Amino acid sequence: MNTKLIFSIAKALMLARWKQTLVAAVGVVFSITMFVTLLGFMNGLNDLLDSLILNRTPHIRLYNEIKPTKIQPIDKDPNYKSSHNFVESIKPNGGRLEIYNNASIMSTLKKDKRILGISPKIAAQVFYNVGAIDMTGTISGIDVEAENRLFKFSEYVVGGNYIDLKNVPNSIILGKVAAEKMLAEIGDVIQVTSAKGERMQLKVVGYFQSGLQDIDKVQSYASISTAQKILGKTNNYITDIQIKLNDINQAPEMAREFGSIFEVDAIDIQTANSQFETGSDIRTLISYAVGITLLIVAGFGIYNILNMMIFEKMDSIAILKATGFSGKEVQKVFILIALSIGIVGGLFGLIFGFVFSFIIDNLPFNTAAIPTVKTFPVNYDLKFYLIGTLFSIITTYLAGYFPAKKASKIDPVIIIRGK
Amino acid sequence: MSEIVLQAKNIEKSFHDPITIKVLNEINFSVNKGEFVSVIGKSGCGKSTLLYILSTMDTDYEGELLIDQISMKNKKEAELAKVRNEKIGFVFQFHYLLNEFSVLKNVMLPGLKLGKYSPKEVEFRAMEKLKILGIENEALKMPNQLSGGQKQRVAIARALINDPVIIMGDEPTGNLDKKNSQIVFDVFKELAIEEKQTLLIVTHDGEFAHKSDRIIEMEDGKIIRQ
Ligand SMILES: Nc1ncnc2c1ncn2[C@@H]1O[C@H](COP(=O)(O)OP(=O)(O)O)[C@@H](O)[C@H]1O
Ligand SMILES: [Mg+2]
Repeated sequence: MNTKLIFSIAKALMLARWKQTLVAAVGVVFSITMFVTLLGFMNGLNDLLDSLILNRTPHIRLYNEIKPTKIQPIDKDPNYKSSHNFVESIKPNGGRLEIYNNASIMSTLKKDKRILGISPKIAAQVFYNVGAIDMTGTISGIDVEAENRLFKFSEYVVGGNYIDLKNVPNSIILGKVAAEKMLAEIGDVIQVTSAKGERMQLKVVGYFQSGLQDIDKVQSYASISTAQKILGKTNNYITDIQIKLNDINQAPEMAREFGSIFEVDAIDIQTANSQFETGSDIRTLISYAVGITLLIVAGFGIYNILNMMIFEKMDSIAILKATGFSGKEVQKVFILIALSIGIVGGLFGLIFGFVFSFIIDNLPFNTAAIPTVKTFPVNYDLKFYLIGTLFSIITTYLAGYFPAKKASKIDPVIIIRGK
Repeated sequence: MSEIVLQAKNIEKSFHDPITIKVLNEINFSVNKGEFVSVIGKSGCGKSTLLYILSTMDTDYEGELLIDQISMKNKKEAELAKVRNEKIGFVFQFHYLLNEFSVLKNVMLPGLKLGKYSPKEVEFRAMEKLKILGIENEALKMPNQLSGGQKQRVAIARALINDPVIIMGDEPTGNLDKKNSQIVFDVFKELAIEEKQTLLIVTHDGEFAHKSDRIIEMEDGKIIRQ
């Protein structure tokens, strides 16, 4: 249809009221800017906080928990199949943390297409011997390369070189806080005692800092073979298999699957860190709520201005109708005005939003807790920009729709007679 | 017999606010192609009401209206808009130009809407019409820079742009002084004679009416003489 003509009429009406049009557009610019900046910043924070834990957490962890057997001997006796038994104070027996058959489990897992990678681990409870005092601690025996590839191990090693853990025999990367307490420098040799009482000398090759004080006080890392030595175990002893998936959302389902196939305990990341997800969700929700509220306010601005314009341009609308423009076409003119304000305002909003995000992204943000972060985190996900565009178009369309409908219903006879 | 371009058959109209009053009663008449008809009658006798019905802007009436031999009954709003655009040129008592557009663009708008000619051709035709009315020099001015008489001539040029089958005017000289009224009348007369333009003009100016081809006289919503 006569699109060009509709455009030129819309343009003329906007230019005739350019100040109000500008104010309406600025409202949209402001809200889209805020929307994009806020979402980018909030999600940047989310990503940062997520990465604090989620990056280092396996999507699925296979392990053996010390617990009483579910099926007690009495349950197996066919004579008491239909009876109820009361056995109290059941204790776990012969607690074995080791994962049996871990070699074959790992080779099976390595063939699984859904899995990004696996990294075996040994958790060893130890005492750090500092003079006469013993401090409790945990040494994780890790496959250094796999751990780095899957869980960015090197990012958390703040002193020394992480790969020395593999290359230097009997070496340890100490938790930062633990190292400070022990006054242990890189190159020093410290002594640890295993839970079973065996002592061992270990060379400090680096410090580990997670950003979580409580962890850095106890957690240290050694290679798998060193950990096996500390515990006095053979070289097929493994307590955990950490699995990283291609798709994190499959974790709960696959954890259940592996748990039953390999007859081990399997926990997925969602279950292990459910409180974390809640926090992220709420932050995202808040930013959407604020952004949408701003847009609705801007929408009311557009609504008001269009209403005013229609009131003022009643004569013009009557004339357009008298000379052959239909109600539909008049409606199109005003919707077009609203959409132009929305699209132009939205576009500038996206640009300013990006600029503000960029500024925030470059503001220094130094925190001892997160050594790898130097500036405020910002997420530039295209999704926010698309949602911002979509929302600005939808709100301005709605804001324009009702006044436009009103304009289309104007009866030219009443206006022309009124003079 | 000459061709009928407008025909009113038993047109009646009542207003219901605040009480029902019949303002038009048994209106029957027709206008032939090329005729210059004027409608006269006292103020309040229903001339404007009739004209709004004849121009298809008011659809709330009884009876039948034929424009260019086609009944306007049961036509949708958009179809009536098209009829107004294509076949009717309307000149109001007040000029009713769009202040956002230049004189030229005002004249062009109904032409652009019709879309029969390219924008360039519409512009050329608009200039022609302005020339007929002797105001081609004002083409690029804004409407508020013109005098009352000039504005009314622009409105007539706009009414002419799509070569309508009929031009209707509701007291087009009502707001003008003697000199400007004379100019507008001369324009109508010239259109009637030279362009064979059909005209239906409501007026209370007896002198004006007497110079037209035919007079329809109304009283209390009825045609008493035609
Ligand atoms: N909207 C309306 N509601 C009620 N009565 C009206 C309305 N418009 C006009 N009238 C009445 O209809 C009659 C005809 O009016 P009008 O057609 O304007 O007369 P004219 O143009 O001949 O002066 C008048 O009596 C007027 O008061
Ligand atoms: Mg009147």
